[in-house]
Amino acid sequence: MSNSNFTRRGVLKTGTIAGAGLALPTYLSAAAHEGFTNAPTGDTVTLGFNVPQSGPYADEGMDELRAFELAVEHLNGQGDGGMLSTFSSKVLDGTGIMGKKVGFVSGDTQTKSDAARASAKSMIEKDGAIMISGGSSSGVAVAVQGLCQEAGVIFMAGLTHSNDTTGKDKKANGFRHFFNAYMSAAALAPVLEQLYGKDRRAYHLTADYTWGWTQEESIAAATEALGWETVEKVRTPLASTDFSSYIAPVLNSGADVLVLNHYGGNMVNSLTNAVQFGLREKQANGKNFEIVVPLYSELMAKGAGRNIAGIVGSQNWDWKLENEKGDRYAGTNAFVQSFGEKYGFPPSQAAQTCYAQTLLYADAVTRAGSFNPCAVVEALEDFEFDGLGNGPTLYRGGDHQCFKDVIVVRGKENPENEFDLVEIVEVTPTDQVTYPVDHPMFSGGALGSCNPGA
Amino acid sequence: MDQIILQFLNGLDKGSAYALIALGLTLIFGTLGVVNFAHGALFMIGAFCAVTVQRILTLSTVVEDPTKTDFLGNPSKISTPYVESWFGPETGAALIDWSVPLAIVFAIPIMVVLGFIMERGLIKHFYKRPHADQILVTFGLAIVLQEVIKAFYGANPIPTGAPEVFRGSFDFGVLIGFDPNAIIYPYWRMVYFAFAAVIIGAVFAFLQFTTFGMVVRAGMADRETVGLLGINIDRRFTIMFGIAAAVAGLAGVMYAPINSPNYHMGMDFLVLSFVVVVVGGMGSLPGAVLAGFLLGILEAFASMNEVKAIFPGIDQIIIYVVAIIIILIRPRGLMGRKGVMEE
Amino acid sequence: MLGLTKKDFTMFIVVIVMVALAPFLLNPFPQGSSLAQMFNAGYPDLMQRFVIFGILVIGFNILFGLTGYLSFGHAAFLGVGSYSAVWMFKLLGMNVIPGILLSMVVAGIFALAIGYVSLRRSGIYFSILTLAFAQMSYNLAYSVLGNPASNFNLTNGETGLQLLLTDPRILGQSTTPDGSLPVTNFFGIAMRDSYDLRMGDWLFTFNAGYYLCGVIMLISFYISIRIFRSPFGMMLRAVKSNQQRMNYTGLNTKPYTLAAFVISGIYAGLAGGLLSSMDPLAGAERMHWTASGEIVIMAILGGVGTLIGPILGAGFNEYFKNILSKINDSVLHQWLGFLPDGIEDFLVTIIHPFVGKGWHLTLGLLFMIVIIFLPGGLVQGGQKLGRKISGRSRRDAAKAAEQSKSAAE
Repeated sequence: MSNSNFTRRGVLKTGTIAGAGLALPTYLSAAAHEGFTNAPTGDTVTLGFNVPQSGPYADEGMDELRAFELAVEHLNGQGDGGMLSTFSSKVLDGTGIMGKKVGFVSGDTQTKSDAARASAKSMIEKDGAIMISGGSSSGVAVAVQGLCQEAGVIFMAGLTHSNDTTGKDKKANGFRHFFNAYMSAAALAPVLEQLYGKDRRAYHLTADYTWGWTQEESIAAATEALGWETVEKVRTPLASTDFSSYIAPVLNSGADVLVLNHYGGNMVNSLTNAVQFGLREKQANGKNFEIVVPLYSELMAKGAGRNIAGIVGSQNWDWKLENEKGDRYAGTNAFVQSFGEKYGFPPSQAAQTCYAQTLLYADAVTRAGSFNPCAVVEALEDFEFDGLGNGPTLYRGGDHQCFKDVIVVRGKENPENEFDLVEIVEVTPTDQVTYPVDHPMFSGGALGSCNPGA
Repeated sequence: MDQIILQFLNGLDKGSAYALIALGLTLIFGTLGVVNFAHGALFMIGAFCAVTVQRILTLSTVVEDPTKTDFLGNPSKISTPYVESWFGPETGAALIDWSVPLAIVFAIPIMVVLGFIMERGLIKHFYKRPHADQILVTFGLAIVLQEVIKAFYGANPIPTGAPEVFRGSFDFGVLIGFDPNAIIYPYWRMVYFAFAAVIIGAVFAFLQFTTFGMVVRAGMADRETVGLLGINIDRRFTIMFGIAAAVAGLAGVMYAPINSPNYHMGMDFLVLSFVVVVVGGMGSLPGAVLAGFLLGILEAFASMNEVKAIFPGIDQIIIYVVAIIIILIRPRGLMGRKGVMEE
Repeated sequence: MLGLTKKDFTMFIVVIVMVALAPFLLNPFPQGSSLAQMFNAGYPDLMQRFVIFGILVIGFNILFGLTGYLSFGHAAFLGVGSYSAVWMFKLLGMNVIPGILLSMVVAGIFALAIGYVSLRRSGIYFSILTLAFAQMSYNLAYSVLGNPASNFNLTNGETGLQLLLTDPRILGQSTTPDGSLPVTNFFGIAMRDSYDLRMGDWLFTFNAGYYLCGVIMLISFYISIRIFRSPFGMMLRAVKSNQQRMNYTGLNTKPYTLAAFVISGIYAGLAGGLLSSMDPLAGAERMHWTASGEIVIMAILGGVGTLIGPILGAGFNEYFKNILSKINDSVLHQWLGFLPDGIEDFLVTIIHPFVGKGWHLTLGLLFMIVIIFLPGGLVQGGQKLGRKISGRSRRDAAKAAEQSKSAAE
């Protein structure tokens, strides 16, 4: 056994031992030599993956962690390389980042701002992490992004869909690859018009917290621009598990479309309740009653089971994208292949965004020739790339948001297998979902200047 | 008017879940004097009994289908549930469709045994300990139970549908002269309400009309005297714990089609059910049931848009506001007995 | 000494030494060893948490340990204190003192109001009243009071109340010259400043914020000892043992219990203010009932009604919470790397469900073990251990316990 160091375990072992040994925590201390926080001094560099491991989003968090592990493997030259071969930037060669082996630490955000910050702090202070990534909610993303800005490390957001992350709470050290509520609305609007017509009356049920509000605002604005009327916007407590008393009045309100601005378990329950009340089979105003779930995810579709059939929503990415929509989305199959080989099932959109973020960070460091956060920020700003599964993409410098195609999906009526839950209806091209940096829904904040810490 | 009737129906339905959980909690509390924070976990395990039965019924033979490929390009697999190959496709499919009602049969023995084990193995040693210790140890147990479930079933909700005949909803409004679609109510929720009524009735009848129940009631009132009469009250209390666990479990099984079960659903109900028990009055079974329905109905009314327009955010806090008012007006809740848990 | 008995004074000195030397005590393993990555706890954030939660539980113990009133809503005061402090940093300036003072005042007022109402009932009815108030605060803070679009955004909802570049900060600066947020400080000493001491392979971090919290914790601890030993403390203990008897003697106990409730609320507010001073973001989750439950757990874990128990309980809980969740498979492999491969893989498979995403499971089991086998909490465990070491026979111990019991009654 001793002669083979190519097993995953063996390599990980050497990697992390060295990582722990040499990436000394110099967080905000006088002892920093390089002029920035946690400058890697030895032959390894440590990344911090902060994902929900407990609470309702734990499964999504585990999928993110799988993607991170895969990305680290590929960066270190193990496995089949995944999207490294399709990525338009070719500076990554499987020797880690700038010749340093990549090690990582993981933590639990618990989907709570406080806990997520504590976990990120321990990664920065104790483990010497130079970049933090991951997360499955916008509150957490904004809170951790703020922390990274203050500490002087880079934050590569995981799954966060609120406009605020790159809107009023944007930070110079923070970057988001995932799409946002505005883009969902812009992508959905033409499809909704095509499917359901211009004359519709919408009833919104909205989870009563930050993300819910921004999505409700975005969707209402986009559908009203089509000519739809918004009948009512009802806020539901986040802690709700039974939505019956919010669903029951919908049918008699004069509305013929129900928009569920819910995510995760909330969405699974509210959709299940709505289907229980038979809304899908009803007629209102002489039209079929429809339900729209603006933000979709594979795990939500799985949790909702066959209730999801025929429900329209939007996604950042889907594993069938390249097969169905062609080469433009190159990278998708390469990623699905290496993820599927390793874990036995296709990756979720959360996994894809986390994998892409890790690669993008590694690439930016390499192109900048430095781990200094300010150099990385410069390398990422207005960076155009392709081959990470989403088609040609721009990391806009003005707000650190990625601009790429958004896909509109629909729950499958007769899924062939347990992974095949959604079908791709349409891909809305980038220019239709692009907005100016100073759009009113994103105003009220400033990037500030990059902070290298120390 | 139609809105009010509709929310009343909703309230009855919510209330029946609260009442069932609070009933079990009060049984344990009233008989054993133990504050059981693991009761929500028992509810959750009940729901996962339904999930497990569904999983068992859908266990499948897997054959490769060379004509199709899966996402990795390998031949895709076709799975046929064993029950379909044993009993024929139609009977098999019907069995799977009815997995939730079937789960009741399995859940009763499982929950009773689990209740016995909990009482004999753990709770028994805490009768003489302070209530705070009881809370802590049962809370620890609740965490352990839900983490074990999470380790096996994951954190994502698992869809567990009601039988096909109970899908969809019934138009009440037409019956009583409203427009179509004004008052609709899902069949399964009506089943749940009827089921809750049966269980509550059965528990009361059992305590009221059987000798066993009489002894237990006597023991609830004065444990020592009953013991002095030479009656083995401990064994009866163990059985009561099993029954309480079964009530919680059945509430969970039947709840599975209403909301897809997930591992922390017990915790979501825990605080609420404690509020219900205390509002009803510690140690009072009718109080628990009454408070369950009362809070359910008030919660439903508070979520009406008209009410929310007057008091923003009222639906978030209604339960707590009502609890505070009732406890302040009635020192021992609606029907609580003097001296119980007041020290 | 300082008005303390000899025994109390010795204990106080021991605590002072422990707080002062914590950076050494918590980093027993050399930097870079695999044990260090797993077990070292001497980094600023965790050390700050140890002492801040120590303050919180010391305060909770004054209420629960002395009067027996089990508050299940103490996290509300922690949350209110946190928000108050952050508002001070937003409006006034980044010095932590006004924030900490305001957090104590606001939490005190909250405690007075909630305590006044809740203390009309006792037993579990009291617990549920406090729980109801705390859950109301949490739910409102998460939704209605935190809507950024409204004019009345007191808590900033899910994200938590945070500092912005546009905040007024009338006594300080809104933005530093290089365009970042100013940092919290104590008359110019930034809370996050640290001094790293390298001794061979070992690295010890001395953090300014930690020492500020440490000093405040020692003061709180001292006050708590004085309360425990005062006539007021005796009165509270009398309430615990038999409130009715007290009432029959014609004595109104409510002012005493209310005072204890407010004092412990102020302690919680202070802890909240310090949390915000160390990390200026206040999330609503701090007020959730599970957070209140955690306070109860820490108090019981340590040993209710003992002086040192709260500090031990808080330390135990925070340590395992922070350490367990960060262990993943690759850490395990590295830690067990010295074993033969088969055994190593086997052990990793065994341990895997208990760490990382399974940290709740381990914590739950630890709670149960402590509470089952050590009814008096960790303090009792320490005493047992101490007795074993000092070689006193079991009978002596039992006798002593008996005596102290009858003395207490």
